[in-house]
Amino acid sequence: MTTETILSKSNPLFYIKGFWGFLRKYPVLPIIILVVLIIAAIIGPTVAPYERDIGDVRARHSPPGTVDIKFPTSQKGGFDLTAMDIPAGTTFTASYKLPTDNRMFDINGNGFLQDEISWNVESPNTPDILFSKISQDGDTIIFEIIANENIIDGGNDIIFLDLQVIRIDTKLLSFWPDGYHFMGNDHVGRDVFSRLLHGAQISMMVVGISLVAGMTIGVTLGLIAGYTAQRHEPSIGFSVNYKGKKKRISILSPWLIDEFITRFVDIWYALPFLMVALVVTLIFGRGLTVLMGVLALIAWSGFVRVIRAQTLIIRELDFVASAKINGATTFRILYRHIFPGVLNTAVVVATLNTSSLILAESVLSFVGAGIQPPTPAWGVMTNEGRDYLAIAPHQVMVPGGAIFLVVLALNFLGDWLRDRLDPRLRQVD
Amino acid sequence: MKGLFLPTFFIPSDERSIEHKLYIREIRMIRFLLGRFFSSFLSIIGATLAVFTLTNFHNDPRLLFVPDSGNGITQEQWDKLGEKLGMNDPFHVRYSKWIGRTLRGDLGISLARNMAVTDIIYAKIPATLELALGGWIFAILLGIPTGVIAAVYRGTFWDYVARGLALVGQAAPPFVTGLVLIYIFNQWITINGDPLLPAGGRKPEFDFKDYVLPCVALGWGAAAALMRLTRSSMLEILDSEYIRLARAKGVGFGTVIFKHALRNALIAPVTSALLIFSGWLNGALVVEIIFSWPGIGYDALYRAVNDNDFPLLLGTVFVFILIYLVFATIADIAYTIIDPRVRL
Repeated sequence: MTTETILSKSNPLFYIKGFWGFLRKYPVLPIIILVVLIIAAIIGPTVAPYERDIGDVRARHSPPGTVDIKFPTSQKGGFDLTAMDIPAGTTFTASYKLPTDNRMFDINGNGFLQDEISWNVESPNTPDILFSKISQDGDTIIFEIIANENIIDGGNDIIFLDLQVIRIDTKLLSFWPDGYHFMGNDHVGRDVFSRLLHGAQISMMVVGISLVAGMTIGVTLGLIAGYTAQRHEPSIGFSVNYKGKKKRISILSPWLIDEFITRFVDIWYALPFLMVALVVTLIFGRGLTVLMGVLALIAWSGFVRVIRAQTLIIRELDFVASAKINGATTFRILYRHIFPGVLNTAVVVATLNTSSLILAESVLSFVGAGIQPPTPAWGVMTNEGRDYLAIAPHQVMVPGGAIFLVVLALNFLGDWLRDRLDPRLRQVD
Repeated sequence: MKGLFLPTFFIPSDERSIEHKLYIREIRMIRFLLGRFFSSFLSIIGATLAVFTLTNFHNDPRLLFVPDSGNGITQEQWDKLGEKLGMNDPFHVRYSKWIGRTLRGDLGISLARNMAVTDIIYAKIPATLELALGGWIFAILLGIPTGVIAAVYRGTFWDYVARGLALVGQAAPPFVTGLVLIYIFNQWITINGDPLLPAGGRKPEFDFKDYVLPCVALGWGAAAALMRLTRSSMLEILDSEYIRLARAKGVGFGTVIFKHALRNALIAPVTSALLIFSGWLNGALVVEIIFSWPGIGYDALYRAVNDNDFPLLLGTVFVFILIYLVFATIADIAYTIIDPRVRL
């Protein structure tokens, strides 16, 4: 045994030790992480620096930090003027179909586009022309062009347009620094930080709603099961005489509500949850509502057993008996007398379940049964970054790390709450 | 069996002979097995019924055979197909037919792949089994020793290291662990330009390197759980009287820990390890996807769901639940064998 030395207040170690003790006693860091998460979930989408689903193609895969945007050097598209016969000074139109997904190249029609178009100046045959008006219809861009010189059959090149550089105004709020992406960009050039903020809101909403739904169902069923559970030996069976005493032997437990509920929970535990989720999304389609339903289906069973055990204890207490003598209805006893007693336990179980729900949500989104790609759930973001692990690992590390941190914080907080509110649930630790 | 419900139970315990006590134990075991059998039966009926009903609500499975253009099949063929698949029968007839076939070991024919479901499952099970076994061995090798160390050296640096590992393992979802492992061992660490370990896939011939990353990714979380369990039960036992007595009478440190304490502390981890293993046999879907592992979770379940292939889906659900229930029963029986105080 080492002897503890008492530190004087003049020793800085005293304060360090005190601070360390404070950190160990209260879950400060987990609470900070969770508060940041909740704030991000509430105001995140409104203060996100960049657009959620629209990226700047030039910045794709760029690592965290300032983006050094390189203009594309090769021609990306163009239109042929070889067969055209256009006298000088006339206006003609040409249309160009955007080569890839229109979403990335979205144009507002604000004229901003005009600066971004170039043509192949090196070629001696390129005519001297002027773009007067540019508009967009669906994925087709229509150019109105004035020819400054005669464009006569056969003498001209193809005019090339650098259409890759069209969309650069995905930034939404001016107070964020220019060209600075805190967490890099993903494979279509979307800002990972903005998507993370949006994803926080979506994940919190999904997990919160499903947790509340699951908690309501689980606690109700647990209360009912605990309250209806048989006090003594089950009553189906037969009696025998042994040494002059009458003994009762049971064969089967009675088919009571409690028996039904606990059996059902047992069956539910036997089902692998991913399978349940996949089957349900197969039947009802993929979407937020279905995902919440699936998560609630996963969440409820964790409550029933614990709440039932707690109810079994509380219902034997005197105040329940007096309530019954005073003529309270079953509902009133459950709601006014037993429910407050199990609430602590329910909160602890809920905190401990939240982390597993977040994991479940991200796993489902990862597998493709949950939130669908353009929507930035953290699991979806991780899954999308999986193919680019070699060139842009931050696409996996950022959302994956976020999930990890939040779950870690919730685990800490759940353990602390359990020790505080309901030490009976505690194992030796 | 005859003594099952006879009043032999109610001889007062001080009047019982040893043979009688053993007999009662045996009866308890049989009673437990019967009860378990009954509830397993209910589970299987419930789960397959649920899946059967759900698939009933979904698209017509015949649509699988029709190309999107809509002119690959005549009305006559359509009706014939429906008859072949038993679409015209009422629900309960179809369900009981399926149960009957299943009891004879015939899980039907996969619609999308035109193969017997049993063949598909049989072909995919070895890969899943190897993955689960590898992950399980890793989890036990990492979890139980670190748990013992953390309990024995409680409050020291090693305890914090072990608990930190456990926290990381519990908080990181398997896909994040897997991707980080791939990044480190496939992208970062290279030998002469070749990656240290492959990023995924399972070669037909055995290659130890293929197994390392998937098994670690799969086993990490379970190792954390096992470590916490071992640590807490070890702490409980190291605190007990008989350990103090053994120490007091001069039994060596190693003997106390490994012979007296560890044997008793292993009860909870062993049972939970069995359940973990059965969970993994149900296809470690995420790990299989990340490491493109041709196992039952990905190749049977996931694709059955995506293809709307309901015979395959029902078959896999059935096999999954069967595996889980068998392992849960084994875990319960193992519990009583390890710890004779526990009654079934």
